[in-house]
Amino acid sequence: MAQQLTAKEPTAEQIAEQKIYKQMGVTDAEYELICGFLGRQPNYTEIGVFSVMWSEHCSYKNSKNVLRRFPTSGPRVLMGPGEGAGIVDIGDNQAVVFKIESHNHPSAIEPYQGAATGVGGIIRDIFSMGARPVALLNSLRFGRLENERVRYLFEHVVSGIAGYGNCIGIPTVAGEVMFDESYEGNPLVNAMCVGLIDHDKIQRGVAKGVGNPVFYVGPATGRDGIHGATFASEELTEDSDAKRPAVQVGDPFMEKLVMEACLELIDTGIVLGIQDMGAAGLTSSSSEMASKAGNGLELYLDEVPQREPGMTPYEMMLSESQERMLFVVEPQHEAQAREIFERWGILCAKVGKVTDDGRLRLFHQGEQVADMPVTALVDECPVYNKPSAEPAYYAANAAIDTAAYAEVTDLTDALKKVLASPTVASKEWVYNQYDYMVRTSTAVQPGSDAAVVTIRGTRKALAMTTDCNGRYVYLDPEVGGRIAVAEAARNIVCSGAEPLAITDNLNFGNPEKPEVFWQIEKAVDGMAEACRILDTPVIGGNVSLYNENAKGAIYPTPVVGMVGLVHDTDHITTQSFKAEGDIIVLLGETKAELGGSELQYAVHGVTEGRPPALDLAEEKTLLSAVLGAIQQGLVASAHDLSEGGLAAAVAESCISGRLGAKVNVETGLRTDVALFSESQSRILLSVKPEKAAELKAWLNEQGVVNAEVGVVGGNGLTISVNGKPAIDSPVEQLEKVWKDAIPCLMK
Amino acid sequence: MKFAVLVFPGSNCDIDCYKAVEDTIGQPVDFVWHTATDLSAYDCILVPGGFSYGDYLRCGAIARFAPVMNEVRKAAEAGKYVLGICNGFQILTEAGLLPGALLRNNNMKFRCHSALLEVVNNKTAFTNQYSAGEVIDIPIAHGEGNYYCDDATLEQLKANNQIVFRYVAGNNPNGSVADIAGVSNERGNVVGMMPHPERAIDQILGSEDGKRMFTSILNAWREQHGAAVNG
Repeated sequence: MAQQLTAKEPTAEQIAEQKIYKQMGVTDAEYELICGFLGRQPNYTEIGVFSVMWSEHCSYKNSKNVLRRFPTSGPRVLMGPGEGAGIVDIGDNQAVVFKIESHNHPSAIEPYQGAATGVGGIIRDIFSMGARPVALLNSLRFGRLENERVRYLFEHVVSGIAGYGNCIGIPTVAGEVMFDESYEGNPLVNAMCVGLIDHDKIQRGVAKGVGNPVFYVGPATGRDGIHGATFASEELTEDSDAKRPAVQVGDPFMEKLVMEACLELIDTGIVLGIQDMGAAGLTSSSSEMASKAGNGLELYLDEVPQREPGMTPYEMMLSESQERMLFVVEPQHEAQAREIFERWGILCAKVGKVTDDGRLRLFHQGEQVADMPVTALVDECPVYNKPSAEPAYYAANAAIDTAAYAEVTDLTDALKKVLASPTVASKEWVYNQYDYMVRTSTAVQPGSDAAVVTIRGTRKALAMTTDCNGRYVYLDPEVGGRIAVAEAARNIVCSGAEPLAITDNLNFGNPEKPEVFWQIEKAVDGMAEACRILDTPVIGGNVSLYNENAKGAIYPTPVVGMVGLVHDTDHITTQSFKAEGDIIVLLGETKAELGGSELQYAVHGVTEGRPPALDLAEEKTLLSAVLGAIQQGLVASAHDLSEGGLAAAVAESCISGRLGAKVNVETGLRTDVALFSESQSRILLSVKPEKAAELKAWLNEQGVVNAEVGVVGGNGLTISVNGKPAIDSPVEQLEKVWKDAIPCLMK
Repeated sequence: MKFAVLVFPGSNCDIDCYKAVEDTIGQPVDFVWHTATDLSAYDCILVPGGFSYGDYLRCGAIARFAPVMNEVRKAAEAGKYVLGICNGFQILTEAGLLPGALLRNNNMKFRCHSALLEVVNNKTAFTNQYSAGEVIDIPIAHGEGNYYCDDATLEQLKANNQIVFRYVAGNNPNGSVADIAGVSNERGNVVGMMPHPERAIDQILGSEDGKRMFTSILNAWREQHGAAVNG
């Protein structure tokens, strides 16, 4: 049976003659290189293994040189990029582990499973480091909800995330969802997981100790997800539906058991190396573990648990069946390890051995079926410097004056339009489907600037957020990249935490297009600069390229996942107004900046011009001043000004606090511009009246521009500009518009 | 007083229940696996939330066959306290220890948010620290919390004062019959509820209205225990 199936595979000669490697995404030049590394033509299994290891998803061949621009170290960084996830010290022998990863292409084809397995994969990255996962976040992008297919994708992506996270019992505490035509047909589904670990429990994915056995744990390998990594590294087309088999199927119940068993195994201290089987499954986990140890590995494929008979080596090596792990222990610890998995009801099979010859050798039915140098697979993939060119739209946008649109005069109506825009509207419809409270540590629930999760037995807590405004990045990738990092930091600080580090998910179009590559380079430059100045190194991340639809590339969307440390739970702060009579203070300067704004999109119907400018030095001053004020107990509420500007921010603080406010701003700007400009480095604070003077003195001393703009109270929100009424509405009405927007569109 | 928190494959509120017992009443508490065959050492058994056996087939339908469930039945018959929360409630109805069944939420979606409950029966071992009719804030997180029973059973529940908690009128999150959020057995020593009191024991998490469920249990046990000693 197996012989027959194997016989159907093309021979090494046929692969060469018919250029079958091209279907796997391998170029002629790469094929020649592979032949050179092997000293012969690769057989079908070997070319399959090379093709996934050399895919963009696994090798970062198109992005590696750009990624080198990120700062990745710092005094607190215990582990940077390269392992399953990065790790940052948070004191007391504790550390936080986190990473973000995309599942865009699978979700475009099969949204429930695509999103669910995205969550499952990122959780494995965290517990394979030895950490206990404590929170999940996500960052989602869809087209417009008026489109039926978009509604279908949105509905099922959310329910896939919920289905996986709720079952495994890790709270989904924060996220962001934005809607724009640009993402139609190519939604973005990025999932992030945060874990906690003690320093001495940190694991690495290394195949240490020649002669040691290699174990496979988790469910049996099936024919699902074959070539998933390759699929993720090409554009979606009309034929993509035929690649549905490349989408994996998730089983959160199984992962829960695998996770508990693995954490128990790690706790024993006998594990030498452990890694999850993520993209490219058995292929990447085995070769990467061997490579990191400078060793080789033999795999006996007949020992691999198989879901169906007759699976070929090619299928087993390329399957992306979920919830599987690989680990190495010394032979004398085999029984102890097996006992743990048996108790949890998990398959555990000895499938290989660590060798000293630096080769990945595969055996099947008594024969050696593949023999490849590990370094060629992991480290020798060619790295490309793609041509980069400034797109024409960038120059054209320079001439657009975003302050020159016809003045919007019905500003209450404009605020309602902005609040009803799905990007700004309440995401309750989304997060009420997520269990965000399990583990009983969620101190700040979804809906505020960042979520906050407490750390049991300490007064510390972790703040976490995901952020990126793709419109800004599209209009100016460098500035947009800077803003993505700065906004994340602002959200973290507004929650009372000190920003620690970031993980990034670079979602871009086809890098072979020079205009797209230009966006990647510029965005990374902007992010890297912001990370350096704000002291938030990049400790890991993911690259998702080839995100395109019929109209071209998606908006460049480098999502930032940031984690911060709350030093004392007393510092935890939320965006909602707290009490009648509290004074409202606006920090930062408002300029005429409507490029890429929600007003521009929701009211004027365009996305054009330049995005708001960002001065990183000013941002840094603002952040440290606000964090200082919070830590001194001077702040009642803090809210970052983002989409929808001042008007939306005040409305959000009113709605979440169930309190009204009377606000007046003095400005030289046109009224509509002043209220909806999205100028950066602005934060809205409220403060108890008796502390207002102290807060003002502190802000002045720190050099932060600040103005007292109003008072909390009543049931209505009124905003005046230079004393002239501009917006006037009962908070209840604003709340209704804001809360009903997404449920109405989904009906 | 000794507590057991049952652990089925897929339980995920087991740790939260364990911590809640520690934090609210500081009584000894153990995790007890689904394979256990003796619960005689325990005075109260908590059946926690989660997705036992993945909730594949039907919530609680597989867990009811776990070896430990025979012991839970014995404990209930012996008059010990049994509290099933969320998936634990589902398991207790599947096991026949509580009347009724839990169906999918009427909006067909998982729902997680805080919920206002009315304490209907404050005479149980689980609610004696609340006042009758008191409104408390306890979060829910479930996809199958739509309590159902036939009319005859409902009449019985009412007549025997077995409705322990109701969602406050107009706030029924799942379509449950008569706004029911939690019920007891006839004897009153077994209670099942969809809301999670173990998630409402600290103001930093949004509410501490769940604390008094744990103090109620300890209080009831002490009274019973004291009575036994004195008698």
